[in-house]
Amino acid sequence: MQYRRPSPRLWLARQTVLGLTSLVLLVILGVSGGILWGAPGGLAGVGAGLAVAVISWFVERGRYRSWGYLERDEDLVVQRGLVFHRLTVVPFGRMQFVDVTAGPVDRLFDLATVQLHTAAAATDARIPGLRSADAAQLRDRLSTLGEARASGL
Amino acid sequence: MPLAASQAPALSGTWCRLHPLSPVARIGITLGALLLAGVSLVSGAQTSSGRTAETLVVAAVAVLGMVASVVSWLVTRWRVVGDELQIDTGLVYRQSLRFPLRRIQAVDVVAPLTARILGLAEVRVISAGTGHRQHGRLAYLSNQDAAAVRAQLLALAHGLAAETPEPPALPLFRVDNGRLIAASLLRGAWLLVLVLVAVGAILAAVDPTGAGGAVRQGGADAATSLITGVATGLFALGLDAARSVNGDFDFTIGQAPDGLRLHRGLLQKRHETIPYGRIQAVRLIQPLLWRPFGWARVELDVARQPEAHRQGEARQLAHLLAPVATLDQARWLVGQVAPGAPATLARVGAPPRRAWFRAPFSYHYLSTWHDDRWLVTQTGRVRPATVIVPLEKVQSIRLSSGPLLRALHLANLRVDTAGRRWVAAALCRDADEARALVDQLGGLAWRARRLSW
Repeated sequence: MQYRRPSPRLWLARQTVLGLTSLVLLVILGVSGGILWGAPGGLAGVGAGLAVAVISWFVERGRYRSWGYLERDEDLVVQRGLVFHRLTVVPFGRMQFVDVTAGPVDRLFDLATVQLHTAAAATDARIPGLRSADAAQLRDRLSTLGEARASGL
Repeated sequence: MPLAASQAPALSGTWCRLHPLSPVARIGITLGALLLAGVSLVSGAQTSSGRTAETLVVAAVAVLGMVASVVSWLVTRWRVVGDELQIDTGLVYRQSLRFPLRRIQAVDVVAPLTARILGLAEVRVISAGTGHRQHGRLAYLSNQDAAAVRAQLLALAHGLAAETPEPPALPLFRVDNGRLIAASLLRGAWLLVLVLVAVGAILAAVDPTGAGGAVRQGGADAATSLITGVATGLFALGLDAARSVNGDFDFTIGQAPDGLRLHRGLLQKRHETIPYGRIQAVRLIQPLLWRPFGWARVELDVARQPEAHRQGEARQLAHLLAPVATLDQARWLVGQVAPGAPATLARVGAPPRRAWFRAPFSYHYLSTWHDDRWLVTQTGRVRPATVIVPLEKVQSIRLSSGPLLRALHLANLRVDTAGRRWVAAALCRDADEARALVDQLGGLAWRARRLSW
């Protein structure tokens, strides 16, 4: 069985956010370096900013690629994490409710996050970066499955 | 309303008040403290004007408290209708609480000291679910009424007729009070005090040889503050021990057809009932200082809302199955609530040897075992803790691994239940084994859920 992945738009959104913050970082580092130590300082600041941006880009890409989810017959599997791997299995019968949230950036890219809640507080099953329509579909599918298989505490 | 605010009408659907003495019981202790304050003010004040002013303030606070609790009694009413316990309360912020009886996790009867003197008791309904922010509290009813209400609520919770008499409980286990007191005194914190005393002794021994008055002065200061610190620590420890002795005195467990009955308390009496099938996890721990005596503690976890209790009660609400018992008794008790599950784990279920690099201080206790009904995990550095989770209660299964664990080809597996306090953690398992275990446990949990239906 193949894990399903978040929409490539999530990567686009992440890159946009990363690009904007990097730009701000570059300007701040370059300008402050330039003011303090002249032209070489400015160049060094820009270089450092670029290095941070490139590293962040690779980290973000790794994190984006690590997301995956799988709907099986009786449960949902969500995995994530670049450095700290995490895999969560939630039986459909244990789902209490399903949340769909979308922040401002998410909405810009027509994305949404689906979050599953069980009676256990520690359960951490979240699927980010689904197209809004897909997210709504997944939510409905999950809640139907949850209802069909619901069991008492 | 006559004193016998009979429970029959409330249980058959008519609104009822709480016991008329409830306000007195509720503010009894506060009132006493205020009276004491008033007396000390009257006898100890210097100027007459200051005295009258302060006395007036104290009197006003006392009267206000009295009025508030009487009003709260006046506006509180409750009844059981259909399959719901309904409580209406609040003067300014009107609250209507509804507790579906089907979701009741446990029913406790609690009698604090003042209420006990008046022959009253509080019925506390602990229910699962996310809708309510607090437990159903009926404070206070008379002792007989409280017992009757508890019996009927439990009967209704089990889907029986309200008139079903409370089934008799068979005595199962009784904790020896002497052992309880000894065990309460044997806390790990004593070691800290011992270390402090040792440091003090060393300081005192070093001090006389120290040349110069300033140094000696400093040493004396250090010793004084050390003694104060140790005294404070001892006091806190003593208080803690006294509290746990007070809470768990005369601890008895009875086995009734509808659940386990726990009775405990010295000043404040508690009667708890935990219906079978509501137990989310069992934990057995062996504190360091108890091990020479072969003692252990057994605790239970039931589904409950996140901390919405009054402060300081969380600890008391924790369900103890045995505050202290010998290891054999503890194993036997665990066998009673989790038949077939081992209470302590042998090293058979130990993680691979290389896990030592990740967990050098706890490797010796790490262990995991499971069959088709129970998952048992053991963790701990100096205090082994065994968590037993019924697979039918599993809410989710998590697998996690950091860089070091991955380099060692290991993974941590955690199993969540609706209980709020512990997760079963199988730490540092072989990565392939853990991955297989996730699916295996998932399947077993699914089957266990089907069977329990």
